[in-house]
Amino acid sequence: MQNIWVLVEHAEQGATSMSLELLTKARDLADKVEAFAWGPDTASLASELGLYGASKVYDAGDIGDALPGAPVASAIARQLAELAASPDAPEALLIGTSYDGRDIAGRLSAKIDRPVITNVVDLVVEDGELHALHAIFGGAQTATSRFTGAETSPAIFVVRAKSFAADQATTPVSCEVVPAPPGELDATNAARTIARHVEQQSGPKLDEAAVVVSGGRGLQQKENYSMIEELATALGGAPGASRAIVDAGWVPYSYQIGQTGKIVKPTLYIACGISGATQHMVGMKGAKNIVAINKDREAPIFSIADLGIVGDVQKVMPKLIDLLKSRGG
Amino acid sequence: MNVTVCVKQIPDPAAPASLDPATKTLMRDGKLIMDDSDSYGVEMALQLVDAAGAGEVTLVSMVPNNEVAGVRTALAMGAAKAIIISDDTLRGSDALSTAKVLAAAIRRTNADLVIAATESTDGYTGTMPVQLAELLGYPAVTFARKIHLDGSKVIIERQTEGGYDQIECPMPAVVTVTAGVVEPRYPSFKGIMGAKSKPVEQLSVAELGLDASSVGAVGARQEVVAVAAAPEREAGEIIEDEGDAHERIVEYLERIKVI
Ligand SMILES: Cc1cc2nc3c(=O)[nH]c(=O)nc-3n(C[C@H](O)[C@@H](O)[C@@H](O)COP(=O)(O)OP(=O)(O)OC[C@H]3O[C@@H](n4cnc5c(N)ncnc54)[C@H](O)[C@@H]3O)c2cc1C
Ligand SMILES: Cc1cc2nc3c(=O)[nH]c(=O)nc-3n(C[C@H](O)[C@H](O)[C@H](O)COP(=O)(O)OP(=O)(O)OC[C@H]3O[C@@H](n4cnc5c(N)ncnc54)[C@H](O)[C@@H]3O)c2cc1C
Repeated sequence: MQNIWVLVEHAEQGATSMSLELLTKARDLADKVEAFAWGPDTASLASELGLYGASKVYDAGDIGDALPGAPVASAIARQLAELAASPDAPEALLIGTSYDGRDIAGRLSAKIDRPVITNVVDLVVEDGELHALHAIFGGAQTATSRFTGAETSPAIFVVRAKSFAADQATTPVSCEVVPAPPGELDATNAARTIARHVEQQSGPKLDEAAVVVSGGRGLQQKENYSMIEELATALGGAPGASRAIVDAGWVPYSYQIGQTGKIVKPTLYIACGISGATQHMVGMKGAKNIVAINKDREAPIFSIADLGIVGDVQKVMPKLIDLLKSRGG
Repeated sequence: MNVTVCVKQIPDPAAPASLDPATKTLMRDGKLIMDDSDSYGVEMALQLVDAAGAGEVTLVSMVPNNEVAGVRTALAMGAAKAIIISDDTLRGSDALSTAKVLAAAIRRTNADLVIAATESTDGYTGTMPVQLAELLGYPAVTFARKIHLDGSKVIIERQTEGGYDQIECPMPAVVTVTAGVVEPRYPSFKGIMGAKSKPVEQLSVAELGLDASSVGAVGARQEVVAVAAAPEREAGEIIEDEGDAHERIVEYLERIKVI
């Protein structure tokens, strides 16, 4: 591969870990790696992107209160058109599975009439072309897919978080910032963010925490979720949830782990009253150690647990929390 | 206000899914049902039309095998009518070709708002609705958990990494809703009986004025070359709680040096 572009998203500080994961993989696959970003201050990302091997970052610029889908896809499409005949045209574009990433991928796909392969968990080069492994049927099977036909370049892949480790390049490169504005935008860009609400969370972030304690429907009622929070605090970890209790409104969506939620790979994952649906397991089976507490011996979660406790969460958890507290953490 | 809801009809997710060994596309030959993920969009649409005091809910569904059972479920919930695009050439469609077909059908519905699920249960690419919005020339707001009508605009709560954003969006627009945001109603007996006589228009790809080479397996421009079971994790030790499970857990945490 000659050249791969990576869509880079801003985190509170610097680029998101997913962006860095994708840059690392792109470096493995291609001679040249370039980034595409947006926001009021893309220049501030340049030195970090250089550390991860990106020699250039195209900057769609400040999009204000607009949602990124339409303007960023438009900026990418314009840049692609400009480079069409040049050796600088990318052969592939890697986009992370985030809220905005999927929107941008979908917009771009329709705009330039290129298909997209989604839910990618690995990429390999076979006979000079990229093949993508993607998780299907909620992660129970892995399919290998490729693009066919002439009109498929650049190949667009939407990649799931934590598919690759993020590592800096052995030799950093200097990363040039190249303005790439979206140009004239139409009705597709008419949605505006008028307010943002961020739920206050203390402790480590769910997708970065070394310990994650998750609760499911087996907790029986909302009030019992406080046991999850207490256990997480006692272990210096973050609380998480299955979709069943997010849907039930016990905890915010940002707690959800799984196919439609966050992907976590902590040192320790404790699943309490969670059955272990494939869509949940796809988000946590990368954990180094898994403990499950479930009263049903046949629960699928036990098939991936290193330590399975067949028991009642309401009996086991209070004693566990007390014991940990008495040891002083 | 008129709302068009995309309803995907899929094999029962309770039955194990399988791919056709030859074409490596999803086997969809048995009976299909409405994707549960779409029941939230149907409910949301019915509530919006109710709140607006006028208008109706139209369903659109693309299926390879003329199936209507799943769409009847949504009609029984209260939708007024449906358009089904069904054609053998649609087999093996990818998300973009699906969007092309649905866009052509939706152009006939004069919708103020198009609602889809954030992702389907079987394919879950999560890209189809945004591709659809681009083809229609509409704005799109994904991951909606609330939609509120405000004149010619909608105010939407969009889930984010750490909470939610409030979005203002003029209509027409495409909005995707997440599961669990509303409580989908159960079709009443009257609803089920009534659904049988509601209009369901069946269209082919040609009738929509689309070129058969842009849809189905040919239009997909991607293929599955291999399928394998995902690597399994080994099960470890499983113990029955005899009042001492908390001690066993702490021992384990010490062993893995978490405490
Ligand atoms: C295991 C598997 C993997 C696949 N991988 C890819 C891939 O990587 N790239 C790709 O382009 N395609 C892929 N496909 C094909 C793709 O899933 C198609 O089935 C496509 O028709 C719809 O995409 P979706 O269901 O994934 O859409 P999503 O974007 O997940 O669907 C979101 C919503 O759009 C609406 N919708 C989607 N399809 C229809 C429909 N037919 N009728 C009415 N409303 C609908 C529903 O409201 C749905 O919930 C895959 C299919 C399978 C079975
Ligand atoms: C398209 C799609 C996407 C999805 N995405 C996700 C996702 O991102 N994340 C996710 O989690 N799910 C997801 N799901 C839902 C998933 O299929 C399951 O429905 C969900 O994970 C079940 O949650 P649960 O384990 O909490 O509940 P249940 O499956 O109801 O399990 C509850 C468990 O608690 C046990 N239990 C009951 N009482 C006790 C007790 N007193 N003590 C101990 N154990 C007890 C029971 O034995 C049972 O095993 C998705 C589904 C679809 C279709």
